[in-house]
Amino acid sequence: MSALLSSPILRRTLLALVLFVVSVFAIDLLSGFRQGQVASIAYLAIAAGGLTVLTGINGQLSLGHGAFMAVGAYTTALLLGRWENMPLLLLLLISIVVTMAVGAAVGVAAARLHGPYIAGATLALAIAVPALAIHFKDTLGGEPGLRVPTRDVPPLADDALFFLTGTDTGTMQWLATVSVACLIVTFLLLRNLSESRVGRRWRAVRDDPVAAQLAGIDLGRSRVLCFVVSTATAGLAGSLMAMITRIAAPSGFNLVLSLTLLMAVVLGGLGTLTGALIGAVLLSLLPTFVTNFGSGMGLSDLQAAELAPLVLGLTTMAVVLLAPAGLVGSLLRWRQQARLSRS
Amino acid sequence: MVGADAHRSVLSMDDITVRFGGVVALDDVSVEVRPREVLGVIGPNGAGKTTLFNVACGFVPPTLGRISFEGSDVTGWRPHQLVDHGVARSLQGLGLFDRLSVIDNVLVGADQHSRSGFFSSLLATPGGAKDQRQLTDRAMAVLDRLGIAERAGSVVGGLPYPLRKRVALARALVAEPKLLLLDEPASGLSETEMTELGDIIVDLADEISVMLVEHHMDLVMRVCHRLAVLDFGRKIASGTPDEVRNDPAVLEAYLGGALDDDGAATPQDAKGGSHA
Ligand SMILES: Nc1ncnc2c1ncn2[C@@H]1O[C@H](COP(=O)(O)OP(=O)(O)O)[C@@H](O)[C@H]1O
Ligand SMILES: [Mg+2]
Repeated sequence: MSALLSSPILRRTLLALVLFVVSVFAIDLLSGFRQGQVASIAYLAIAAGGLTVLTGINGQLSLGHGAFMAVGAYTTALLLGRWENMPLLLLLLISIVVTMAVGAAVGVAAARLHGPYIAGATLALAIAVPALAIHFKDTLGGEPGLRVPTRDVPPLADDALFFLTGTDTGTMQWLATVSVACLIVTFLLLRNLSESRVGRRWRAVRDDPVAAQLAGIDLGRSRVLCFVVSTATAGLAGSLMAMITRIAAPSGFNLVLSLTLLMAVVLGGLGTLTGALIGAVLLSLLPTFVTNFGSGMGLSDLQAAELAPLVLGLTTMAVVLLAPAGLVGSLLRWRQQARLSRS
Repeated sequence: MVGADAHRSVLSMDDITVRFGGVVALDDVSVEVRPREVLGVIGPNGAGKTTLFNVACGFVPPTLGRISFEGSDVTGWRPHQLVDHGVARSLQGLGLFDRLSVIDNVLVGADQHSRSGFFSSLLATPGGAKDQRQLTDRAMAVLDRLGIAERAGSVVGGLPYPLRKRVALARALVAEPKLLLLDEPASGLSETEMTELGDIIVDLADEISVMLVEHHMDLVMRVCHRLAVLDFGRKIASGTPDEVRNDPAVLEAYLGGALDDDGAATPQDAKGGSHA
């Protein structure tokens, strides 16, 4: 047992397993509405995790990650429209692979561009992809989008979850469980990458591209690889989002989604997975909280709804100004300083 | 070429000319670095030293001339190809990865020796972990040799300049190069630090070749086996430090000043500032 725990990798995997089992129980205790919230936090965090690796670790700013989520979501919607009983794992995998292919094409272009131009190109993508969905009405459903059929919980999973929790699994509970499992696996893999040789190369490219090149790192390949990894997570997130919201529509993948992801990443702290998770939680819960708060204070529904973006914007500005390293980054820094001043 | 093998050169730059528009930065310059020797390239400010260094690194393609490495023609090689040939360099601007730790900076320098690929990184396989451990041990050994092992975990961005220079050197050395190119490694160092640097270079020359571009005469005279002197883009002299020291053309180039070991005639604006 102690040998098991001495290896950081095994320790991490074990922790992931424990986390998963705990979340199975936790999700079982929640109401259907809360399960939905957990599911959407999970897919947002998956996409934010991929974005924080791209932007924080590799230094490529993407303003259009929502577009890659759209690719994953539409792939899922199209697949389920045709083969309603496609196995979940296969469905997720195909959605990821299709998004990765698109990501590779965009990544190759982005790797040749510099900071503001990458931002511009990905911004254009965020606007173009929903427009494409509207344009190709026949296949992609136009403005109203594609309906995503609800799927039954697979019997095997139902039995397994019954064995654990002793209750039957509802559809939303099943989706929340799947999303959280995907989140845990994604973060485990991203963490592995980040701490490995691959992550070190990505950071080197971010800090000083010329010096990285001199160390024998192929800048283009390294950037494209990171882009593809990052879009894989966006594809997974989009696929889950389509199943959870039961629709893939242009309005779901507008610029606001891309900016929300970026805000989550900046709020939590660029380049840390914990930060991406915290950012995703904040951005999922804050709007509802603020809107309810506004209504409670006697604002009209419309005014209350307008309060949310305002508060989000102000919060992000405050974090950028007061804690530029983000919430997690600043906490780490304070702790480090405290330790330094003690020693 | 009779007896060419006896001192076959590691790096040989033949008849190199570099023009920047109308400026002739290098005019028909030839230098060679032999196995396990320290070649010094000296000359007044603006003489073309950095340009020669950049040609050797592949940053600047020569307008005319030929570069060969270990006997094969490498004219026009690109900076990132150097590591594959076993050439490492440390630049005037250090090019460190500021947000990485000291050990990570050095590990990036050892990157091409790493065998763990993408999937072993993604899945954190035991093989990949073992590979990384071996590299880390090797990087620690280099840090130890340069006396900065205890700073391995520090973020490089916050370190004082002399330490940063050592990190840059460690990163170059961890690749176990056959040839090390150094551009002004002593700039910004104190007397003691420069002496230590000299010791390190002398020690290195037991195993590898070094091409050293440097303004500080005392360092150059102490550690170099041979010198090439540039002035206005031409090579005006070459030979052992003693030969060069007494060469009339060299004395002339340094404004008639004696080339003392204390570096009295060293141009003072060594960092390439205001050269009229
Ligand atoms: N990129 C460049 N473009 C134009 N002229 C240059 C460039 N680099 C160097 N030079 C010129 O070439 C000459 C040699 O410069 P350099 O190699 O930096 O000399 P040193 O390193 O010996 O001080 C100088 O006259 C300098 O102005
Ligand atoms: Mg110079």
